[in-house]
Amino acid sequence: MANPYVSTGSVATVAASISGGDDLLDGGPGGPGAPGGKTLSALEVARRLMAYLKPHRIALIVSFVFSAVTIILQLTVPVLTGRAIDCIVGAGQVDFSALLETVILLAVVVALAAGTQWVQGYCVNRLSYRTVRDLRVEASEKLGRMPLSFIDAHPHGDLMSRVVNDVDQVGDGLLQGLTNLFTGVVTIVGTLVFMLTLSVPMAFVVVLVTPLSILAASAIARFSNASFAAQQRIQGQLGGHIEEYVGAQKLVDAFAYGSRAQERFERMNGELYTAGERAQFLSSLSNPGTRFINNIIYAVVGVIGCACVITGWPAPLTVGGVQTFLSYANQYTKPFNEVTSVITQIQTAWASARRVFALIDAAEEEPDAPDAIELSDPAGDVLVDHVDFSYEPGHPILRDVCVHARPGMRFALVGPTGCGKTTLINLLLRFYDVDSGSIALDGHDIRHLTRKSLRAAFGMVLQDSWLFEGTVAENIAYGRPDATRADIERAAERAHADGFIRALPQGFDTVIGEDGGTFSQGQRQLICIARVMLTDPAILLLDEATSSIDTRTEAQVQSAFDELMAGRTSFVVAHRLSTIVSADCILYMRAGEILERGTHEELLAAGGAYAELYNSQFAE
Amino acid sequence: MLKLARRFFGRFRVNLIVGPLAKLIEVVFDILTPLVIARMIDRGVLEHDLSAVIRYGCVLGAFALIGIAFALVCQKMASRASQGIGTDIRSALYAHINKLSYAELDRFGTPSLITRLTNDVNQVQLAVALAIRQLIRWPFLAIGSMIAAIAIDVQLGLVFLVSMPLVAAVFWWVMTRLVPLFGELQGRLDTVGLITREGLSGVRVIRAFSREEHERRRFRDAADAQAAVAIAAGKLSAALNPVTFFVMNLAVCCILWMGAGKVQVGGLTQGEVMAFVNYMTQTLLSIVYVANLVVVFTKASASAVRVNEVLDCEPTITDEGAAPVDVAGVLGDGRDAVPAIRFEGAAFAYHGAAAPAVAGASFELAPGATLGVIGGTGSGKSTLVSLIPRLYDVNAGEIDIFGRNVRTWPLEQLRHVVGLVPQQTALVSGTVRSNLTWRAPDATDEELWRALECAQAAEVVRSLPRGLDAPVEAGGKNFSGGQRQRLTIARALVGDPLILILDDSASALDFKTDAALRHAIRERSRSAQAAGAVPLTTVIVSQRVSSVRDADLICVMRRGEVVGLGAHDELLETCQVYREICLSQLKPEELGLAAPATDSAQDTQEVR
Repeated sequence: MANPYVSTGSVATVAASISGGDDLLDGGPGGPGAPGGKTLSALEVARRLMAYLKPHRIALIVSFVFSAVTIILQLTVPVLTGRAIDCIVGAGQVDFSALLETVILLAVVVALAAGTQWVQGYCVNRLSYRTVRDLRVEASEKLGRMPLSFIDAHPHGDLMSRVVNDVDQVGDGLLQGLTNLFTGVVTIVGTLVFMLTLSVPMAFVVVLVTPLSILAASAIARFSNASFAAQQRIQGQLGGHIEEYVGAQKLVDAFAYGSRAQERFERMNGELYTAGERAQFLSSLSNPGTRFINNIIYAVVGVIGCACVITGWPAPLTVGGVQTFLSYANQYTKPFNEVTSVITQIQTAWASARRVFALIDAAEEEPDAPDAIELSDPAGDVLVDHVDFSYEPGHPILRDVCVHARPGMRFALVGPTGCGKTTLINLLLRFYDVDSGSIALDGHDIRHLTRKSLRAAFGMVLQDSWLFEGTVAENIAYGRPDATRADIERAAERAHADGFIRALPQGFDTVIGEDGGTFSQGQRQLICIARVMLTDPAILLLDEATSSIDTRTEAQVQSAFDELMAGRTSFVVAHRLSTIVSADCILYMRAGEILERGTHEELLAAGGAYAELYNSQFAE
Repeated sequence: MLKLARRFFGRFRVNLIVGPLAKLIEVVFDILTPLVIARMIDRGVLEHDLSAVIRYGCVLGAFALIGIAFALVCQKMASRASQGIGTDIRSALYAHINKLSYAELDRFGTPSLITRLTNDVNQVQLAVALAIRQLIRWPFLAIGSMIAAIAIDVQLGLVFLVSMPLVAAVFWWVMTRLVPLFGELQGRLDTVGLITREGLSGVRVIRAFSREEHERRRFRDAADAQAAVAIAAGKLSAALNPVTFFVMNLAVCCILWMGAGKVQVGGLTQGEVMAFVNYMTQTLLSIVYVANLVVVFTKASASAVRVNEVLDCEPTITDEGAAPVDVAGVLGDGRDAVPAIRFEGAAFAYHGAAAPAVAGASFELAPGATLGVIGGTGSGKSTLVSLIPRLYDVNAGEIDIFGRNVRTWPLEQLRHVVGLVPQQTALVSGTVRSNLTWRAPDATDEELWRALECAQAAEVVRSLPRGLDAPVEAGGKNFSGGQRQRLTIARALVGDPLILILDDSASALDFKTDAALRHAIRERSRSAQAAGAVPLTTVIVSQRVSSVRDADLICVMRRGEVVGLGAHDELLETCQVYREICLSQLKPEELGLAAPATDSAQDTQEVR
């Protein structure tokens, strides 16, 4: 809502945010390790934003033209009002015909100005929101093409705020920048021109005294900045106390420490009052301060204007002319204040734009090779051949891993956390590419297959079951959107999930809330199993839950897993003894290497690391 | 907002009255300005009297000076009142949060309490400042201008009476449509955020199922929908300014035309018409300001509601009328006659939970004895022990500490008598000393070292360059998990508790340190007894059999129920669950069982 009448906050807060804005520019794109690397200069940002405006250039031109027209029309209003007043000199001295003409002209000008202003406002709104949409879609689609390594390495909250908040900031900056900055500048220039044409000496009076108000405002801002900094420091301390102590409120309760925590709080709260009161008072001086200067200007313009009318020196003027100059004097300073605040907003927008562009410019995942093979009807033969892999150079995660899984074989991956079990899943699905060695599916190196057909061969159930906001049926059908309701229900039955689903108020049409809503960990996993069941993959990748879920559901999950694994090549990151014992081959991993492999009995008999683990964790 | 005003505005009565009053006076001079200009024209210009012009000019200057003087008074009052009220609210809110019991803390959640204490209070504070500085100014100005105009000429004043409601109506019409649109806009933006978040958290699933195209479409639709609402809102709000501008100037046209008629017959002067035009502009601009303030106040009143919610929430656990307990007196000479802890059918369920977290626990523990609580995750062990210092109130049954129902203890004394070592080690920023003296602000160094020795933490602190005064970072981040745990145990021992609760708080300690710790605690209890003081009673919650097997009484829990109660040997015979836990952790020989425990691995899955 761009309202030129709205006072744009005190100058002091503006100044404070300007200095804050600089930090944003420097450390802008998320600090070290952020996507991109080099920071764009303000000009480059502007150029790239212009590219987004290009499709809307007609709206852009229309809005500029209409904005200029609006301002010129608006500036003629005081002139016409003044002329009308000149028609009303005194009793018996009213020129009605000239007055009527002027008043009608005034009405027409006002109507036109209102019309053009609305069109301009509408165009700019539309233009900036469309641009926001385009930018946002591009940023989001970019995320879809980024390699997993990028998404894993960056906090999701940061990426999200780029797509959501930063893009919004850019939009606000564009909106404000295009309307207020442009109109502000045009108004200043226009007022000057109008005043000069009316009376050169009077124009000088206005122009000479108005900078006073700007000077006063900036002096007050300088004053209050220091106390703002003090206020912010104490506010930070108080915030820290609140974070820490309210964060540990239960402990405070248990220790009956409340009264002492309160003492500390009161001390800081008291300091905050002193600093805050000072900062607020100083900064609140800017409005009355500028108003005072404006009133003085008003008086000066009035006196000199009237003197002109009476003596004709230094220039002749009419009473209406005085009225015109009085309104110009009143509004001449306003655009200056507006322009300063808009500049702050634009700085923030530019910082956000940098963060968005840094994301858009980041290197994408390598696309499928042009001659990639579309694998159909995979048998499920997986050959992992001398694979080395590390997430960051110098910290190898997998070392010389070799596994050959023939169709239908069941592998259990066992070992301490961080030994590389999940990494193997990442590599099999090509979320990451191996550093050296190779992985082959049905004899084809997976790098020579299309990602789509490779991934279609696998079914995956991870520990943190991912459900999206939608119905249960939609969630189950995620891997096969064309599945019929009967298919969905059958998959749920085979996954032992239909029992609890049917007990839900809307059954399969129950909407799952954000983050899986109220479903238990086990129930969520059952839905994910049904999802994989429906796609009927050749190979399974399962990650058993470590935390104990309630026993009844756990039994269901277990039998659902068994049902799912029947006749498929499967890799299970196993935590349950029964899964491990029934595997065709146990891969005992430690520090990125397969230390031992074999069946449960073989490994126990060998008495190595696996036997030791088994004894410590399961038997002892 | 009103409710909050009643609560907190009283102390700032003077500021709250003087501030607006000063503003009122400033506005009066603002309103008089056009009249002075009118005189300047009528007396000065029309009568060619330059000295009159200068005289009125000086009057304007004087007005400006008086105006700023009163404005300064108003700003001072505003900053005092708003900051003061903010400070008071913050302080009251924090004090109230400190009074809330666990049940209420669970209900609000700490992140929400933090926002209320910071953001929401700031919003209210801002609203108070704006109310004094702006909300007063603009209506005063609007109404004052109108009165002044009507005072000049009643008939011409009618133009005001028509145009003012017109502008107000336009604003009302636009705002009532805009506010729901803004709400919807926020909702659409939340959807965009949700899809982005889902796309990131589910990136593996999306790619595994090759549904990227689907997700792209989903996002595009959400972004389109959001843009559509934003544009609709923009269309409406873009109309506000032109319409106001139009109405305002049309009214000026009316004034000029009607005024001309009056001037012609001598009913009005040229200067007065000018004053009228100026009043018109002033009035209508004021309405625009007021409308914009409405937005700030809507936000603030939402914040006020959130602050009030906390202030209105009565803590369920209070100790009104509780008289201090003389523990030594209660115990008297017949030490063992009065149990240190007695549970009698104690049951507790969390708010909204279907099953009770603790279902009917009954047992007694003599002073100086040790209670072990064992069971799987989520079996209710922690809940059981949190009933002892009355962190939650039982739904049924009762709990006596040293023969007195916990409800009759003063809370502060009860929680001083009970030393709790929570599962999550929480150290706060400060020094080792400031963390250790939570229970006893005046503890001597000697006392602190004694607690540290007992908690096996003396070595840790001794190795720090500044010893007891070594800095601790927020959350104790500069210490390892085991060190933090030992410091938390030491903290509970300072101030000589009579009951010590270790809630699974030795999990990061190795077996040897754990054993040494238990030994030291036992020694501490014995030496107290020998000195004729009340011996230390200990409650140990653990998943490890080794930590509880030597306890005088072991309480075995499973899904909220006490399924076994007795000493180790006894339970091994009688309690199936305890037996299974032991077999999963200890070798049969260690348990002294003759029969080899076959197939134990399968049985123990549940307790693992």
